[in-house]
Amino acid sequence: MLKTRIIPCLDVKDGRVVKGVRFEGLRDAGDPVEAAKVYDAAGADELCFLDITASREARGTLLDIVSRTAEACFMPLTVGGGVRAVEDVRALLLAGADKVAINTAAVKDPDLVARAAEKFGAQCIVVAIDAKRVSGPGEPDAWAIFTHGGRDPTGIDAVAFAKLVAGRGAGELLVTSMDKDGTRSGYDLALTRAISDAVTVPVIASGGVGGLDDLVAGVAEGGASAVLAASIFHFGQASIAEAKAHMAAAGLAMRLDGTASSARTPL
Amino acid sequence: MSTETVAIIDYGSGNLHSAAKAFERAVRESGRDARICLTADPDVVAAADRIVLPGVGAYADCRAGLDAVPGMVEAMTQAAQGAGRPFLGICVGMQLLASRGLEYTTTPGLGWIPGDVGPIRPADPSLKVPHMGWNTLHPARDHALLAGIPTGEDGLHAYFVHSYALAPENPDDVVAQADYCGPITALVARDNVAGTQFHPEKSQRLGLALIANFLAWRP
Repeated sequence: MLKTRIIPCLDVKDGRVVKGVRFEGLRDAGDPVEAAKVYDAAGADELCFLDITASREARGTLLDIVSRTAEACFMPLTVGGGVRAVEDVRALLLAGADKVAINTAAVKDPDLVARAAEKFGAQCIVVAIDAKRVSGPGEPDAWAIFTHGGRDPTGIDAVAFAKLVAGRGAGELLVTSMDKDGTRSGYDLALTRAISDAVTVPVIASGGVGGLDDLVAGVAEGGASAVLAASIFHFGQASIAEAKAHMAAAGLAMRLDGTASSARTPL
Repeated sequence: MSTETVAIIDYGSGNLHSAAKAFERAVRESGRDARICLTADPDVVAAADRIVLPGVGAYADCRAGLDAVPGMVEAMTQAAQGAGRPFLGICVGMQLLASRGLEYTTTPGLGWIPGDVGPIRPADPSLKVPHMGWNTLHPARDHALLAGIPTGEDGLHAYFVHSYALAPENPDDVVAQADYCGPITALVARDNVAGTQFHPEKSQRLGLALIANFLAWRP
């Protein structure tokens, strides 16, 4: 049976983890590769790097991080941020990313998704959708796409865009609520559900996790296939094992053999 | 015993370094005497003791990449079909063992494990495609590659990410399946040729154990 995935996400800027991570025994809280190794050992189901470096010159730094992570971790890795062309996708895949997330460039040019999927297969092309609610109280739910970290409105309907890019070959959608991101008040479940119901590809819920119940709700109410979170894991509020145990107790199918405390499946 | 050479075929298909690193780690952990060699040289493949064909990407693109290396398909065929050396295909590398792939267009495969690679169509239409994530393996028969690996619903998990799956013409070629509202071919084998739909190099404990089994396999 296919299991629900938990995906810790590291925001990376100029080769360093933004705000760092706080794990016991970690030598360098800002090194993405060190953090990746900890999550690998902790049983994370996948890992996500989102590069928010502004300059193109620093691209080599990101590729180096991806390459060193892929050499040290035998877990799936998604990398996003600054992907503008098929060549950017190729460079990340060759460095060791398993999936590449396309964000702003997919909004500007949805055919980039088709070109990348035809070249590398839909299974490794993720489209990252940053959306904000644009409907007022009493109006039918509506969300629009925002680019550049949620600053720039596009006026494009989020659900329609999700269907468009899924049709062009996106193998997965990473749906982040820009209203919820950083609030620790839970995912925008209506947004997650609206997109998940509209497409046949898996949806990753993102933005707003404050506690373990939010992860459960992302799947049970939002219809997500995977849940992404950052700060609750980075700052020690919950371990991956605790999150999995909590989700399993809520009736979700979780992979429990990867965690460090997996006495249940000896090998 | 002399050091075995394991050739991982480099034909420009995706992430080969993590596959090489996983094999190196499996060599270390199993205490075997083997040299892992990432290579685009048909002569190295022809002379290798064991051969691995990875593959990430679209079927037609992978096939074209393989054909673009002069002499590679011939070297692989000679080593696997002629000399009977242990051969492992991974993901699209496994799918290439089939007669043909139906992704985007119809593309001929190697035909070593007859059957088509067609789109996954779960019986429950609400299930998502790609089949993406961690799933358990359900053996159809015993095989050396699964030796010592806990399988079944309570067993270890393998990492899958694919929208197409191999349906072998001969059910005896299926070693294990995954359940995704219906069976999905996860591991195939015929004589000295085997293939995994999942990614052993991404499958943590199960993956390293399967790689170690491949390194010890005497078909």
